[in-house]
Parts: sequence; C-alpha cells; structure tokens
Amino acid sequence: MGLHRTGRDDLIERSPRGLFRTRRQVLVGLAATAGGFALPISTATLAAAALPFAEIADGIFVRYGLQEEMSAENGAAIANIGFIVGEESVAVIDTGTTTQQGAALKAEIARITDRPVSHVIATHVHLDHCFGHGAFADEIGAGRVANVGHHRLPQALGERGGFYLERIRALSPDFADTRFIPPTTLVDTVTIIDLGNRRLTLRAWPTAHTDNDLSVEDARTGTLWTADLLFAGRIPVIDGSVTGWLSVLEDLAGRNVARVVPGHGPVDTTATTLQRERTYLAALREGVRTAIDEGLGINETVRRLADLGRGDWLLFDAVHGRNVVAAYTELEWE
Amino acid sequence: MRRASTARLGLAMTFMLAVALLGAVFPHAAHAAEDAWTDIRAAVFGDREIADGAGVIALETPYRAHDAAVVPISVTALIPQTTERYIAKLTLIIDENPAPVVGTFGFFPENGIASLSTRVRVNAYTNIRAVAETSDGRLFMVANYVKAAGGCSAPAGKDHATAMARLGQMRMRQIGDWHAGEPAQAQFMVSHPNYSGMQTDQVTQLWIPADYVRTIELSMNGKPILTFDGDISMSENPSVRFFVKPKEGEKLTAHVTDTEERSFSQSWNVKLEPGS
Repeated sequence: MGLHRTGRDDLIERSPRGLFRTRRQVLVGLAATAGGFALPISTATLAAAALPFAEIADGIFVRYGLQEEMSAENGAAIANIGFIVGEESVAVIDTGTTTQQGAALKAEIARITDRPVSHVIATHVHLDHCFGHGAFADEIGAGRVANVGHHRLPQALGERGGFYLERIRALSPDFADTRFIPPTTLVDTVTIIDLGNRRLTLRAWPTAHTDNDLSVEDARTGTLWTADLLFAGRIPVIDGSVTGWLSVLEDLAGRNVARVVPGHGPVDTTATTLQRERTYLAALREGVRTAIDEGLGINETVRRLADLGRGDWLLFDAVHGRNVVAAYTELEWE
Repeated sequence: MRRASTARLGLAMTFMLAVALLGAVFPHAAHAAEDAWTDIRAAVFGDREIADGAGVIALETPYRAHDAAVVPISVTALIPQTTERYIAKLTLIIDENPAPVVGTFGFFPENGIASLSTRVRVNAYTNIRAVAETSDGRLFMVANYVKAAGGCSAPAGKDHATAMARLGQMRMRQIGDWHAGEPAQAQFMVSHPNYSGMQTDQVTQLWIPADYVRTIELSMNGKPILTFDGDISMSENPSVRFFVKPKEGEKLTAHVTDTEERSFSQSWNVKLEPGS
C-alpha cells in the first residue's frame, strides 16, 4: 500500500506466550496491570515498548516507527530502529528517542538470540534515532560494546544533545532518565565490522540529511540500511544540505542492493522510495533557485512553493515550509 | 513635578493591577503583551513618547515561524526619505528574547525608501516590535505577535565545515533592474555563525562562547547608506535587504566587525541598466 500507515488496532503482535493479540489489547492489558499496582508508568512507556519487530531479511530486525509527530502517547517512537544478528554477535542500528525504546530493543534482542551485542550504531544525531543509547550505557561504559557513529557525530551531539534532551523530557516525565552517549568508534569514510560470518559496511556520507549521516550495508542479504537518507511516506527533513543530499541519492541510486531500510516508513525492494524523495528534493531545489534568481525573499518563496509535493507526503504541513527556508538559506550562498 | 510623578505612579499601579487581573485570566497573553516590554521600553527609550507607527512603517512577520532560528521579518516604510524628513533609525525588538534588542539600523535620505528585510531568532512566543525614529526625533512603533520557540538556544548551523570555511565571506546582490537615481533593492549577506552564547557543548559541558556580528556599515562612494549595530538575536549568516538610489560608476562598500574583533571589508561595482 505504499505508505506504512497501519491502523493501530489491526497491528498484530506476537506475544511471548505465542498468542496473537492486537496492540491495543496488549496496551490495555498492561495498563490495567500497571494501574492495579499503581506503578508510575504511563501509556507512553508502554506504547513504545509494545511496538513489534519484524524480521525483514535473514537476521535483520526492524521496529517500524509510527508515521506521526513525537508525543507522550506514541512514546516518541517515530523512527525505524533495529538490529542485525551475526554468528558471533549483534549490531544495533539506532536506539530510538528514549531509554525505554532502547530497553525494548534490548529485550527483543534477548528474546531472539543469546549472542551478545557488540556494536551500537547511531545513524545520525537526530533525537528520534540515537537517544535510546542509555539502555546500553553499562556495556558501552565497560567497553563490551563499541559505540559507533559518523566522525562528525560527537560534535553534532555536543551542540544539539542538550537541546534535544529538553525536547524529549518535555514530552513526558517518563523520559527523565533519557540521555545520549557520544560515539567513541568513529567512521571517517568506510569501516567494515564483522559480526561473525556477517560483514557490515558502515559508510560516513558527506553532508546530506544532516552533516553526520551513516549507512549500514549487509552484504549477505543485500540490505542497505540508509536510515534518514531515505524517507518513505513521511516527508524528508532537510537538516544538512539539499544539494549534498541529491548527490548522495545519485550515489545510492547506482548501488546494487536488494532492499533498503529507510529511517521512516516501510522497507523498499524497488527504487520507488529513492525516486520519490529525489523528485521532491530536486523540485524544491529548482523552485528555490528560481525564486532566488528572481529576487524573491524567504517569505515570498515559502508562499510560492507552499504546495510543492503536497499530497505526496505525510506530515507535509509540519515540515515543508521549514524545508523551503533551509533550502533558501543554503542556495543563496551558491 | 512631585504631583506629576505621583499621578504617574498611581497610573502605573492601576496598570499593574490591571495586568495582574488580566494575568489571572489570561496568564500567557498578559505576560507576552506587557511584562517584558515595560522594562525594555524604559531601558531603550526612557520616557520618550512612542506614537502608533501605522502610516509610518508596516511590519510583516510570519504568524507561526517555520524555523525559529531564521524568522524573516520585513519593515516597509510608508513615508518617503526626503532631506527634510526621513526615517533615520529603525530598532527591532523581540520582547521575549534573552537579548530583546535585535539591533538598530541607520538610514539616510540616499536610501530613497527606508524599507528593510532581515532574519531573526525567536526564543519564545512573543511580540516583535519595529520602532522607527524620524529625523525630527519622533518615535513610531508597530508590533506583531509571532509563534516560534527555541531560536536562540537552537543548535547552530547545519553544515559546520562549510560554515566555518566561509566565515566572513560577503555577498551583495542587486535585486531587480537598477536605474540611475531610482530607489533600487539590494541584499547584503555576510557568512557568520553568529553564536548566541546560549548554545552548549554537551560533551565538554561548556557554553559555546558568543561570537556574532556587532556592526555593519554599508556605504556608496564613501557616503553611508545603511548601518547596523546589533546583538545575538540576528540569525546566523546575517542578511539585510535595503534600498539605495544608485548612480553610474558608483561602488557599494561593506565593512563588518564581530565580537571577536575580526573585521571584513569588500566593495562591489554597481551595475545599472543600459541607458538609465
């Protein structure tokens, strides 16, 4: 159906007891339990913990984020996070927005395998992707888990981390213990890690979605985890460079992979997701360049391009205007 | 004299009571509307009279900003710049910002039109004010309410390497066709991170020190045409659109200084339409 917008009541989850229940039923059941013991846990915590993981290729598990704005109600679980299981160990790719999401991920890994986590990989600085690292703080602190990121991620976290934490904590008191842990294993260009007969290629990209985007490619299944270099369904957010991003998409389009895992929305085995994003970004760049050439200011440009791509994307109104401003302030320096 | 001050005090107390009462009903509205402004007004303009600016200047702001760190604002002059009477200064104020005074722009009769567009940081839902001072020393104010938050402490920059490599670079763009003696629009841009001093480096737990553009002086063949003396509320990579009446063979020159005592200068030849 193109967009990953599963009705919540229809979402089937496999419970540990092997029963099948809808997520709503799971939530209601857990909330009732929590209420019975008067535990200080809100539905926010439960919602994030209850989202299911799907094995999208052999040994690759994804928890799809909800295609919504972050809220206490949805546990701020809006990005795709997951893990890849090798013969010796497991690599985590993104941990979500909160310690709870990281903990749910950790619990799922333990349910799937008894192999240890060897790597926790952050795909970029954004708060919906790498702020669940706290669930792995002990292992990272003890040096049992490599904390991996783009070589520019420590600086980006330094400048933005506190700001993002405020936003996360403002969502719900449940998120008070959320923290971030800057990576210490840095990827300059390309780094290959081995999980035991499973080699992952980590690639640090030039400025695109952000200035610290990292992708993970699994050769065994031909899976490229692009994270937010690709958005499916949800409108792409420009927080780096529209021109840089288009160059990266051109590079990605030339790569021979069986499937991509975007940062938001469903796995794609065709080039549809990439083409749709490229069409939007290219049209945005063209429209903004023309407006600048004609002498239009930012406000006039936002108004002229107000409907560019509307109808193609979820959450359009929340992001598109800001994308126009971002493209304008970048392209006026060309 | 004493009676006058007593009367003013009484008025102020009545006003404060009204604000307090209003505050009980509309806490945010009352706060946003008056608390901050009362202090700012006293600090910046003392007890000078400030008249309603309708008919003198118009202010355009987005009601809800797309990016709180880059909020475009435009002030349109509704009176001409004649040597007898002209808009000499324009002060932009963002009530709820940590440093509410964005800065003061200086205009001259040579502008032809004292209109201006720039971009500011907005830290909380706030009134934005433009106060024009005409050459006869009178003050005129217009204000708009803007919904935006976090613009001052927002993380700086999207692409650090590029931003720092470009620091101090300047552009002067001529907007539209320029004809001799006719007011023509230009955009001046200077690449600068304009660190607000409110951003922290969470790794080192240190504040990133403030480092921002302090002054801009634009001149045409040695005569000043626009000055700016400002603070941290200006967005990164400061940009100003303004008007000037150009003549054949003239040069526009920019001189910029920042809080680190760097200074940057550059000149551009004015290009006029043929036959103008």
